[in-house]
Amino acid sequence: MSTPHVHLKGITRRLGTCVANDGVELELVPGEIHALVGENGAGKSTLMKVLFGLHQPDEGEILIDGRRVRMTDPRAAMRHGLGMVHQHFMLVDTLTVAENVTLGSETQARFGLLAPGDAEREVAALAERYRLPVDPKARISQLSVGAQQRVEILKALYRGARVLILDEPTAVLTPQEVDELFAVLRALVADGVSIVLITHKLAEVKALATRLTVLRAGRRVATALVADTSIERMAELMVGHVPAPLTERSDEAPGAPLLEVRGLEVRDARRLPAVRDVSFAVRAGEIVGIAGVEGNGQHELIECLAGLCPPSRGDVRIAGAAVSGHGAREHRAAGLAHIPSDRLHRGLVSDMSLAENLVLGLQRRPGVGTGPWLGGHTLEDASRARLQEYDVRPPDPRAFAGRLSGGNQQKLIAARELTQGARAILAAHPTRGVDLGAIDFIHRRLLAERDAGRAVLLVSSELSEILALSDRILVLYEGRIVHETTPAATDERTLGLHMTGRASHGDSPLPPREGAPRTSGGLA
Amino acid sequence: MDVLLFAAAAVRISVPYALAAMGASLSERGGVVCIALEGLMLNGALAYTLGAYATQNPWAGVACALLAGLLTAWLHAEATVRFRADQITTGLGINLLAAGLTRFVLVRVFHSSSNSPRVPGLPEWRLPVLSDLPGVGALLSSPLVLVTLALVVLVHALLFRTVFGLRLRAIGERPEAAATLGLSVTRHRFAGVLLCGLLAGLAGAYLSSEQHSFTDGMTGGRGYIALAAMIVGKWNPMGAAAACLLFGAAEALQIKLQGSAFPSELLQALPYLITMLALAGFIGRAVAPRAVGTPYDPES
Repeated sequence: MSTPHVHLKGITRRLGTCVANDGVELELVPGEIHALVGENGAGKSTLMKVLFGLHQPDEGEILIDGRRVRMTDPRAAMRHGLGMVHQHFMLVDTLTVAENVTLGSETQARFGLLAPGDAEREVAALAERYRLPVDPKARISQLSVGAQQRVEILKALYRGARVLILDEPTAVLTPQEVDELFAVLRALVADGVSIVLITHKLAEVKALATRLTVLRAGRRVATALVADTSIERMAELMVGHVPAPLTERSDEAPGAPLLEVRGLEVRDARRLPAVRDVSFAVRAGEIVGIAGVEGNGQHELIECLAGLCPPSRGDVRIAGAAVSGHGAREHRAAGLAHIPSDRLHRGLVSDMSLAENLVLGLQRRPGVGTGPWLGGHTLEDASRARLQEYDVRPPDPRAFAGRLSGGNQQKLIAARELTQGARAILAAHPTRGVDLGAIDFIHRRLLAERDAGRAVLLVSSELSEILALSDRILVLYEGRIVHETTPAATDERTLGLHMTGRASHGDSPLPPREGAPRTSGGLA
Repeated sequence: MDVLLFAAAAVRISVPYALAAMGASLSERGGVVCIALEGLMLNGALAYTLGAYATQNPWAGVACALLAGLLTAWLHAEATVRFRADQITTGLGINLLAAGLTRFVLVRVFHSSSNSPRVPGLPEWRLPVLSDLPGVGALLSSPLVLVTLALVVLVHALLFRTVFGLRLRAIGERPEAAATLGLSVTRHRFAGVLLCGLLAGLAGAYLSSEQHSFTDGMTGGRGYIALAAMIVGKWNPMGAAAACLLFGAAEALQIKLQGSAFPSELLQALPYLITMLALAGFIGRAVAPRAVGTPYDPES
């Protein structure tokens, strides 16, 4: 192996009291795609911010082509040939592609005047050379997400980047855009660019990278050739233990129905029926999974069951009591817990503390406060145990919810919703966009709730999740339940056919997909 | 001829609005709300009077007004950009400070709680052709009117044709994106706010020069109307100036209609009504720079 292009030596970076990077090593050799993997909060982003001059390391040094350099700011990093494609694109929506690409290194006429024509020609030539098709005159706000990402890559190349850092580049792309991106990245590597790929999608590491470095809790736990490392081994390195298989389904017959709907019709924002004549019951001690392509009425069904949108026809019963659909308070009082699909929009208040978030919606319950006053210290003391039980990191009642990673936010919501003694649980996309550890944790919790005799309705677009957790599966298509089955009697492919309304014809098969992992799901 | 005279009156009234509104567009395009216009203008107006009174030279007054605007804006920038204070609260604080400070100086220096003695105004520029035009000749002999007309073009070009302007606009929309490219959010925002101070200070100088004196609270809410004009003008210097002309025309009409049966208060309310309609989306869409009002914290 030749001299590394980039060598991070013993990087330590402290953020407040926690150590985000602890003596981390990373070598990037010319022409490789090096995957940097780890769970949310493992220190990947911090490490790259140090490399890119956005954070200063407390200890350690950065070598570029064997020479020690100080990355004082992003400008220094760019001078040394580094370019970063951030997960949340750093683009100015109101400006054009050419303006975004050249910003900070603008093509100038005299006296600080812009030369927009020259900039557009330069960007067009660059886009042509690297086969990154994009119109230099288009405004960012008019572009697709995939095109915006191409602009981000062009920005780095325009500044002469020989090392490209991509932070979770596929998180926002459609499968087709992912293929295009991979082709571009392979071409760049062939052109002599080295790439750091930050991700927690292990299948992508396998498909694209030559080597990988695994970070866990701020430390490097391994650097290995991708060819020698199985996906299972990568997952084990990331999480720190072999993910144990989920507990077997108990054979006990489900009990009384705790969440029932009959002849339900719910209208969407345009007053059109989105849920049509849906009837089902979730009984004590069972998990019922609702599968479906997004936009087939799941959203309206969830909103109605949660009490946020009254049905236009039919009725809902929670723990045997009829509810009107006029208010979440009524539904909660009847015994429903709700893990909402959008944690920042519906689940949490970012600017409130963990302790306060733990009593959201429960403020009328005894013990939360006295009269109009919130509990203060007693509230914080009471929340500490729950934060620990639900593995919310950091378990600090005074931390702000907005500062937590997605996985920890989701665990915080679970800590609130699953500890209020509700008999029925509505879990909407409970693991969307969270890391493997949190997925595993939440899955186990939902199974434990089932075993404790609660009724769980799980709505998810992850078929592996539906198959791994459900006792019964209902498929929602165009607002109707078109299929009912059990995980043992079906697979992802069959479910996929029902979800797209093609099962009755049976003559237009979907491409085969891998079977659902029955171990802790989410690797797919 | 009557129409020309009316137009000249409208332009005359709209000059201070236009200067302040263009200044605000520079500040806000960089991401800093400039509700402090009222205070910036008031300090500028007093400084003009002091400078012109002390030296009997109106141009020294203008220099003092520019300096006062700059210093007041520096206070705003220091608080909002460096210390990330709330921009509205700081701006209102500056307005209250200016109201009190100018009254204090008025009493201490001129021993009057209402107005200063008479000071010289800016002399007319006798220009060939322009000054001899019928109806608008007098208008086009006023130095600050001519300067303002030139500034409308220059400030617009600064914002949309120069490297500085592009960077400033990028910082007002996505400061973190600009920062990752190595641009200093702090420096650019300071520049935007300080330029705003210069222009608003000049607006204050115009008021005092026209009136040949300073009177307590003489800006009379013009700063807020200028801010409204900038919104109606969609945060563009030229658009803001055009909106100021409209507001100026409304005010000229209101003066003309005083004493007639038509309730002139309705016209006085016009700028605010138009602004509300603009914000509600009836007159095109008025969209603020995305990061305006949000302090930039590089650590988050």
